[in-house]
Amino acid sequence: MNEIKCECGHINPEGTVLCQSCGKPVEGNQHIDGNDEQQLLNMRYDGTARRSQTYNRTVVDKIWNFFSSVKVGVWLIVITVIASGIGTIFPQEMYIPSTVDPATHYRDQFGILGQIYYQLGFHNLYSSWWYMILIAMIGISIVIASIDRFFPLYKVLKKQKPKRHEAFMKKQRVFGTTESSEVDITRFKQNLKNQRFKIFEQDGHILAEKNRFARWGPYVNHIGLIVFLIGALLRFVPAFYIDEFVWVREGETAVVSGTDGQYYIENKDFILETYDENDERFKEAIQKQGGPIPKNFQTDAVIYKRVGEPIPGAEPELEKVKEDSAKMNQPIKFGQFALYQASYQLNEFKEMTFKIHDKDNEDTNYGEFTVDLTDPETEYELDNGYRVEVENYFPEYELNDGEPTSVSKFPKNPAFVFSLYPPGDAQPETSFLGIGANIDASGDNQYKLGLVSFDVRDVTGLTVKKDYTLPIIALGGAIFMIGVIQGMYWNHRRIWLQPKSNGVWIAGHTNKNWFALRREIGKSIEGTHIEEPVDQHEMKS
Amino acid sequence: MKESTFKKKRKRLVFRTAMLVVMAGLVVFAVFSSLKGDDAVIAKGEDAPNFQLNKFKNDETVTLKGLEGKGVMLNFWATYCEPCKDEMPYMNELYSKYKEQGVEILAVNLDATDIVVEKFLKEYEITFPVLRDKQGQVMDLYNIGPIPTSIFINPEGEIVEQVQGALTLSKLEGYLQQITPE
Amino acid sequence: MGDLLSISSNLLYAAFVMYLIATFFFGGTIRDKKKGRSRVAGNIGIIITIIGFLSQVGYFFTRWGASGHAPVSNLFEYTTFFGMMLVFAFIILYFIYRLDLLGLFALPIAVLLIAFASMFPTELSPLVPSLQSHWLYIHVTTASLGQGILSVSFVAGLIFLIRQIDQSKSSKHTSWLEFVLYVLVATVSFIILSSTFSALNYEATFQATVNGQDTEITYELPAIVGPYEGELVSENAMSPWFYAPEWMHGQNAAMKLNTFLWSLFGGLILYGLLRLILRKRIAASIQPLLKRVNPELVDEVAYRSVAIGFPVFTLGALIFAMIWAQQAWDRFWGWDPKEVWALITFFFYAAYLHLRLSRGWQGTKSAWLAVGGFGIIMFNLIVVNLVISGLHSYA
Repeated sequence: MNEIKCECGHINPEGTVLCQSCGKPVEGNQHIDGNDEQQLLNMRYDGTARRSQTYNRTVVDKIWNFFSSVKVGVWLIVITVIASGIGTIFPQEMYIPSTVDPATHYRDQFGILGQIYYQLGFHNLYSSWWYMILIAMIGISIVIASIDRFFPLYKVLKKQKPKRHEAFMKKQRVFGTTESSEVDITRFKQNLKNQRFKIFEQDGHILAEKNRFARWGPYVNHIGLIVFLIGALLRFVPAFYIDEFVWVREGETAVVSGTDGQYYIENKDFILETYDENDERFKEAIQKQGGPIPKNFQTDAVIYKRVGEPIPGAEPELEKVKEDSAKMNQPIKFGQFALYQASYQLNEFKEMTFKIHDKDNEDTNYGEFTVDLTDPETEYELDNGYRVEVENYFPEYELNDGEPTSVSKFPKNPAFVFSLYPPGDAQPETSFLGIGANIDASGDNQYKLGLVSFDVRDVTGLTVKKDYTLPIIALGGAIFMIGVIQGMYWNHRRIWLQPKSNGVWIAGHTNKNWFALRREIGKSIEGTHIEEPVDQHEMKS
Repeated sequence: MKESTFKKKRKRLVFRTAMLVVMAGLVVFAVFSSLKGDDAVIAKGEDAPNFQLNKFKNDETVTLKGLEGKGVMLNFWATYCEPCKDEMPYMNELYSKYKEQGVEILAVNLDATDIVVEKFLKEYEITFPVLRDKQGQVMDLYNIGPIPTSIFINPEGEIVEQVQGALTLSKLEGYLQQITPE
Repeated sequence: MGDLLSISSNLLYAAFVMYLIATFFFGGTIRDKKKGRSRVAGNIGIIITIIGFLSQVGYFFTRWGASGHAPVSNLFEYTTFFGMMLVFAFIILYFIYRLDLLGLFALPIAVLLIAFASMFPTELSPLVPSLQSHWLYIHVTTASLGQGILSVSFVAGLIFLIRQIDQSKSSKHTSWLEFVLYVLVATVSFIILSSTFSALNYEATFQATVNGQDTEITYELPAIVGPYEGELVSENAMSPWFYAPEWMHGQNAAMKLNTFLWSLFGGLILYGLLRLILRKRIAASIQPLLKRVNPELVDEVAYRSVAIGFPVFTLGALIFAMIWAQQAWDRFWGWDPKEVWALITFFFYAAYLHLRLSRGWQGTKSAWLAVGGFGIIMFNLIVVNLVISGLHSYA
């Protein structure tokens, strides 16, 4: 049982359901497309031998056939859909605050269900290995199913002959017979041509066909999906994809992470604008919100490129590349990199000015000094002989087991231990100064240090991205759209006409939109004395 | 006829196997890469990338290249990091002994201001060289996440070990022995 | 500015009324056909529909003028726009297939959507920076158009099911169909209840602790369920029958549950009344009216709208969304619930197409899938916006 010779003389490969040339149902193979139970022929893939249905001997064939099945593909989609849906019940780990421990967060926030959710790993569903394997299996299914179907379908549509077997004609969904000697074939062909059908003839048998290319739509869109998936896969290759983050303080220049020390960014200004509360249009919404609504986040920045061979750590020699602003929706682009406005911190302390006064009288002033919090000096000499020594500095002060410590290097909550040396007298007075704290160490200080003013600045947070996969992903998306439109907005239609001793038989097939096909048949038989065929398909309720 | 069918089948089997192997390979690659994550420091066995930093309160520059032939311990630390405070005394204790044997300890500090570093060095009486990496460039280069992180480089300039978190005295000594030149 | 805004809301109101009137004309086509193939009622219906649609387009652009940005940025604006796209999709498919009855079902659903939308805050809201992008308009409008076209497939599927399902005995099919109709009735009850109590200016204020902060929560419907450990402050307000469990601690979680319960109960009462009057299943009472509809044609309309809508939806809800997300948040995909549900919608309709093309799922099966697809679209519109993002209060 290798190849099947049809009575029309055509040799079909094993597993063929309908003869490639004349469409005659091949005996013994009708169960493959379920034709044995139905009056009409199942026309999907035009009854060609799908490879998956024929060879099933080795393990490789079995795996291949598994993925080739549309049923399996749909099941994979169903499982993915269910899993994806479950993943949205509670927030994913990346959307919970980064300061909390996920292990306790899910239980505290969502109770026992949250804990189960966490323990089953749904809090990180979309990057879990099994979700990735699920998506990958859909990808494999797309590749194999397409290979298995495209080539046989392509061949059969190329090999098809206008002359069809009677059984093929009769079992088409749209079919009709005409008994008349006046059938006007020329008119019929002209009508078809007017509707942009291509006409093929063989011994008086006619095949009119249009939009065959629509049949390739599914395969084109599947190629698009595969290209897309490959693009996504390439993100795991470091050369293709960089995702970093950089914090820059106003007035400072920082190396752009991920660029191997090639690029530097200077933050000239960070701007946060909010909507005017008195804006006629938005008054009500702003009131409801109960706080200002941001209008713009923006970093005015200068990008520099390092000159010469980079030795990380050495003071760089910089050359200005461009001056630009990063806003939401408007990243700064340079080289292969893009900087996105992603985060900010307002009002980090920059400078603090203190004055010396009598402990009991705040109006006295024995001199002022300013501490630059990015680089405090160890000693401040005042003009009138007073001297202040910085004994200790805590940029982000916290009390830890009774010990003052700093939890970071950023001056978010600065605190100092100062020693004040009054003129002449060598005995210093020590005090502790922080935001909202001014403690006299000994209790019998004569002087006091007071905060006069301070200066703050903003910090901007920018994402650094380099992404060579984007063009590939965009290409995949474009191919997918072309394929989907090609397959959905055009329909492959065929009309067969068979001459009979007294009259003709007519049959039609389309892969979708039967009403439109019948309308076209109606138009093409106008004035030809061919009777309108009927739709043999009966809708079961 | 028979011959050609056989050939066809053989071709088909080869094609199917090849396709499946390629696709399975891609899947394994994807899953493996995503599980590996990006929290890894520079890998063991790689050459340590060169850098140049100034010593603290001193204009003397240190380059990693300049220390070739010596074992180097790179320790990334900051004054606000509690575990760093625990391991610093151990490094201090072993420094002079191993320096004689050709091992250099470089403590790369990540603080923003000099004053806090100065106070710290005074308080802990640190004797080994402290380098300042204000911009975090070397930290970026070595892909350092949480601190303290220590990297042990052998005399050939190869990374032998990387340790996240504080070291105990015995562990530290063990690593230092590993990078001592013979 | 204020003038433009009032013109805008009047235009929306006019569109709403117009759709209602058109529904009656499409209803009239049922009788029409018995006397022959007169197209009068259908023609009038479609003309009124088009006028209503143009009026809603007017609403859209005047509101755009008033706020300075396309009105697709909050739930009210988006849902009305979705209703408008449903009408637009109906008009397209009407001119392809000339199926009058499609209007009888599509327009009420559009009307329901617009009425439903009006239950949410309708004032102009300013755009936060991430939304200030032309891609917002392009993405949202295209996605919505896609959803509108896909929804026509639900409408056609519903007609098919009511027409085709055997009502002589009770089955899974009849029960599910009644359930779908019940959901529509419950939506009506939600609209009636909300507008009634808001016309009465009903308010019940609670004092409760939300995420460690004392907050006032104001209900606009009498409280069946109060907030967790909440305390009723308003006088003359009904005290709640029970309180929400501890894990429902989003800002308005209990209030939303309350509204949901009201809609369910209201829907039950309304549905019960209908059953009492009709004395049979609702679907069974509509069925005779649809006897003249060709099920083949309805099935094809359902399929055609998926075929047309799927590419539009993919373009708008996935591809344009990715382009925008790439610009605004530096990643084209972030697995946020809204995105995931758009992907689920995509997968669902992809499965629909595969089942139909390859596995011959036509007729009833296909119609049920169309209903399910609409369920997913509405889930993404309502549940994802109100419940999923509301559960985590920091969202």
